[in-house]
Amino acid sequence: MNAFVEPATMPGSGVAKGEVLLSVANVSLAFGGVKAITNISFDIRKGEIRAIIGPNGAGKTSMLNVINGFYHPQEGTITWRGKARRKMKPYEAASHGIARTFQNVALFKGMTTLDNIMTGRGLSMKKNFLWQCLHWGPALKEEIDHRHRVEEIIDFLEIQAIRKTPVGRLPYGLQKRVELARALAMEPELLLLDEPMAGMNLEEKEDMSRFILDVNQQFGTTIALIEHDMGVVMDLSDRVVVLDYGRKIADGMPEDVQKNQDVIDAYLGVPHEE
Amino acid sequence: MLFFIETVLSGLMAGVMYSLVALGFVLIFKASGIFNFAQGVFCLFAALTFVGIMEKTGVPWPVSFVLTVGVMIALAWAIERFLLSHLVNQEPIILFMATIGLAYFLEGLGDLMWGSDVKPLDIGLPSGASDWMLDTFDIYVEKLEVVAAVVAAALVTGLAVFFQKTRIGRALRAVADDHQAALSVGISLRTIWVIVWSVAGIVALVAGIMWGAKSGVQFSLSLIALKALPVLILGGFTSIPGAIVGGLIIGVGEKVAEIYLGPFVGGAIENWFAYMLALAFLLVRPQGLFGERIIERV
Repeated sequence: MNAFVEPATMPGSGVAKGEVLLSVANVSLAFGGVKAITNISFDIRKGEIRAIIGPNGAGKTSMLNVINGFYHPQEGTITWRGKARRKMKPYEAASHGIARTFQNVALFKGMTTLDNIMTGRGLSMKKNFLWQCLHWGPALKEEIDHRHRVEEIIDFLEIQAIRKTPVGRLPYGLQKRVELARALAMEPELLLLDEPMAGMNLEEKEDMSRFILDVNQQFGTTIALIEHDMGVVMDLSDRVVVLDYGRKIADGMPEDVQKNQDVIDAYLGVPHEE
Repeated sequence: MLFFIETVLSGLMAGVMYSLVALGFVLIFKASGIFNFAQGVFCLFAALTFVGIMEKTGVPWPVSFVLTVGVMIALAWAIERFLLSHLVNQEPIILFMATIGLAYFLEGLGDLMWGSDVKPLDIGLPSGASDWMLDTFDIYVEKLEVVAAVVAAALVTGLAVFFQKTRIGRALRAVADDHQAALSVGISLRTIWVIVWSVAGIVALVAGIMWGAKSGVQFSLSLIALKALPVLILGGFTSIPGAIVGGLIIGVGEKVAEIYLGPFVGGAIENWFAYMLALAFLLVRPQGLFGERIIERV
């Protein structure tokens, strides 16, 4: 399988491997009186797999939503490719190379697998609307080019058999895979995965782990993932950040984090001191 | 037998006219989940603007048509900018109420701009009976209704291509399915809404012209929206083919019932038959013929 994106030709990427690609600094997010995230800072380096872990309600998904612009934090800055900003906008995040998947699969249920993945190409399709209506000439050529890329992703994720199936009919594990395919179709520089293995059986988890590693190694895509399965987190990730009650309690190598007393307490449910 | 065929044909043609109005509802409901109460007034407003521009400036009708399309697009933009963007994530009932307000606002605006008198709409659409049908098959068919059927067919074909084959069409379907996921792949909700409301406005213009040519451009045009409701219930709120088939069933049902059942109950069945049919349908198949099945897990 040839890599469909050469890391060097990654769109708009000026960040070298190992340098900081995204950093959040002193980010706080509240919904009315409820504090979802309090003063969190961490960074994601180009080319790494960064895990975000923590008990339920720790603010992990909120953090991803801040990064791709669904939530706008009240305080803090987000630095993406060296440019600092108060908040991301969803369109900006998507067009600047941030793709994501969702905890509860968010697919376009009425569409086929192929059409779902094609929506991921939408931002890079530029041909005039009138041409598209004619479905001929340059627009047709463009559609075919993009379709070619999509077929490569389909091969990569081994979902050839369900190409024409409406995704609403697929089993959960495959839906998760289609969602990953749609995110990959955007050729992202940073891929956010929100519990990619939730609800999967062991075999599906192993498949998904392999895909995540392959995406990271073959395409050079930086990955930030939320996951509850500690075995998976320890195997996959280069660095781990741990959240609890909206605060960061640990950040570092998997083996260090594993030994951290605060982390152990958080997971065992030791009462909180205010 | 000939008379029966004639009844069915005239029902089909009337049904096409209902379908045109129902289409506008479906487009907006599908893409944004908003039931646009103002769709009927859209037809009135578009037809008023179309006739008004011709009257005031004396331009030929194709020019006026293009200008009116421009007005409907500007209107769609304004609705998104000043109404919808402030109501994002509100309950559907609140959005519905907003469209009621919009309906009355547009009604007033139309009156203010173009006056409230009945305007004839004459752009040279053929009227009267088709001689050819009369001579060959001895069947009476209104020419205007044949034109309406052809226009509706062209419109639906165009929309189908637009939705199935273009990137924007794919984005529209994506937004209809899942807002969050659509945002995550970089689809702008605002742009999509402007496009959907523009398309609904253009469909309303076509429907308004057809109805206007039939009965003059007047306030009662906005009430044809009420006739579109049973069509939607029959066809399903989310289905374009449903709007067409629903319209045809209502059209034919009305005419056939009026002529064959009417005499037994004192006539005027046409006025309520559609609603009764819709009511009966709701009991059997609440999602309509082509609607997405409602599955509630309890």
